[in-house]
Amino acid sequence: MKDRIEFEGVTFRYQEDAPPVLKDVDFFIEKGEWVAIIGHNGSGKSTIAKLMNGLLFAENGKVSVDGMSVNPESVWEIRKKVGMVFQNPDNQFVGTTVRDDIAFGMENQGVPREEMVEKVAGSLRDVQMETYENHEPHRLSGGQKQRVAIAGVLAIAPDYMLLDEATAMLDPKGRQEILKTVRDVQEKSNMSLVTITHDLREIVAADRVIVMNKGEVWFEGTPREVFAHKDSLSFIGLDVPFVAKLTEEMKQYGVSFRKEPLNHEEMVEELWNLHSTK
Amino acid sequence: MELTFNEVTYTYSPGTPFEFRALENLSLHVPSGSYTAIIGHTGSGKSTLIQHINALLQPTSGSVKVGDFVIEAGRKNKNLRSLREKTGIVFQYPEHQLFEETVEKDIAFGPKNFGVDEEEIRERVNKALEAVQLPEDMKEKSPFDLSGGQMRRVAIAGVLAMKPKVLVLDEPTAGLDPRGQKEMMDMFYSLHESEELTTVLVTHSMEDALTYADEVVILNEGRKYMQGAPLDVFKRKEELRQVQLDIPEVLEFLEKIEKEFGVSIEYNKQPLAELAKELTSRLGRRDDYE
Ligand SMILES: Nc1ncnc2c1ncn2[C@@H]1O[C@H](COP(=O)(O)OP(=O)(O)O)[C@@H](O)[C@H]1O
Ligand SMILES: Nc1ncnc2c1ncn2[C@@H]1O[C@H](COP(=O)(O)OP(=O)(O)O)[C@@H](O)[C@H]1O
Ligand SMILES: [Mg+2]
Ligand SMILES: [Mg+2]
Repeated sequence: MKDRIEFEGVTFRYQEDAPPVLKDVDFFIEKGEWVAIIGHNGSGKSTIAKLMNGLLFAENGKVSVDGMSVNPESVWEIRKKVGMVFQNPDNQFVGTTVRDDIAFGMENQGVPREEMVEKVAGSLRDVQMETYENHEPHRLSGGQKQRVAIAGVLAIAPDYMLLDEATAMLDPKGRQEILKTVRDVQEKSNMSLVTITHDLREIVAADRVIVMNKGEVWFEGTPREVFAHKDSLSFIGLDVPFVAKLTEEMKQYGVSFRKEPLNHEEMVEELWNLHSTK
Repeated sequence: MELTFNEVTYTYSPGTPFEFRALENLSLHVPSGSYTAIIGHTGSGKSTLIQHINALLQPTSGSVKVGDFVIEAGRKNKNLRSLREKTGIVFQYPEHQLFEETVEKDIAFGPKNFGVDEEEIRERVNKALEAVQLPEDMKEKSPFDLSGGQMRRVAIAGVLAMKPKVLVLDEPTAGLDPRGQKEMMDMFYSLHESEELTTVLVTHSMEDALTYADEVVILNEGRKYMQGAPLDVFKRKEELRQVQLDIPEVLEFLEKIEKEFGVSIEYNKQPLAELAKELTSRLGRRDDYE
């Protein structure tokens, strides 16, 4: 029995007579790794996230977490392990204040009361919302709501954390800060991180990338392997990093690259070769 | 239609513990037919600013002029209807505000409310659908059966059906996939041109500001921090960094190239292929290429 999330031949449809939105999907998420799931709108990413924490159940095939099959009986156990933040945090708030909302999630997980106060404060500090403890979640801005929703999951410290476009409403700087916070928690606790995102910086930084297209896993690999498929990525509606585009153009002028650069540092290193070799 | 902000200050909930000054002594001129990008950190006042354009908010002091319409502190707004008819605002996540049972009814809602006659409404609905690149046979569908990107287009079509002169866009591509984002931004640009709109875009994307806007306004803590043509503003990297803003990636990259290799390449929106050629010839040794 391995500690990981596993999808084995998973097919899913929302209505019986509708075509499947996931078709024979296979992949796994290892303990401690960071996996980015990318794909066009409607490719099935959110459906995958919901199958991971038992908001939906597979029609064919199997979803399991640490060897435990995700089904209506196991769902409460599963949710202790898998914490999730949605794209639209409005659907996620239950408390009337920010503090209550985060405490409520912990109560559900059986966190002792004494620990709660400190954890609420700590996780709000992590997302820079400590001065909002008494605010009503619904009256916050979109980005602030997303920060609170992430604090709620951080407070629980699950084994697997799923962020489904959970920072889309933040500005670029805020997004980087929050991601860094989540990464710090991940390093300390060996938590796995699954981020569903269109943000190229985030994708490039992940350990592994799963590319979805029309309900199927289209490709799976390291960011460098994924972005080597520049043309077909743009064909399925996705973008590639600036540096990768520039590399492609420079190849047209006969420049060769030892390894495909993905960020500015790597690009500069490659350009030193061009600059100094014959 | 031209827009003028004259020393505008806006305070939320004045005289209460929640009092907050979101705009401070802000003056701004947006010429008719221009495309202006508003950029700033979250909370810098962008959404507050744009809500003055159709008098959803009224200055606490100072005044806003939209065409001939003056919105002023302490003065009742007359002709609000005609102002709102001319200023179309696409709010963030506009699809959350769809509510009618068919796409057609949703798009027709605004014009109907403003007393436009049936025939004209039908025409406008068709034209708006065409503008947002949705097929006509989508009219009878429920907006809730559409994909997120399609719902957003329906919501935007509703704004366009008002035939605004000023189009205000508050982060209109948030949550769309890369292709959807590009298509949407290209669509706004072509409308800007064909309808001769005055366009105000709130965005976090420096790339979009650089690609589409004639003018960039940087807000910081409710004040105007910088203003100018995109390339001029983005040259002032240090000032931007001081307010936690990045510059477009291409400029950041060229800056790094200059630092590393002492090779300075001027960016003037040349296509990537040209940039690649310049880089290759300036960095490589002469005998490496022809
Ligand atoms: N509740 C639902 N009922 C019916 N169809 C749905 C529902 N949620 C999503 N879908 C459809 O399933 C497909 C995959 O959706 P989703 O997993 O949300 O994609 P993504 O997150 O990649 O944008 C889309 O075609 C979408 O329209
Ligand atoms: N209804 C309100 N009451 C009190 N403060 C508000 C209200 N709406 C916005 N603010 C505050 O005003 C500031 C500017 O907000 P906003 O214009 O929405 O910024 P932006 O769109 O740049 O993120 C923020 O600090 C925000 O918290
Ligand atoms: Mg989704
Ligand atoms: Mg805003």
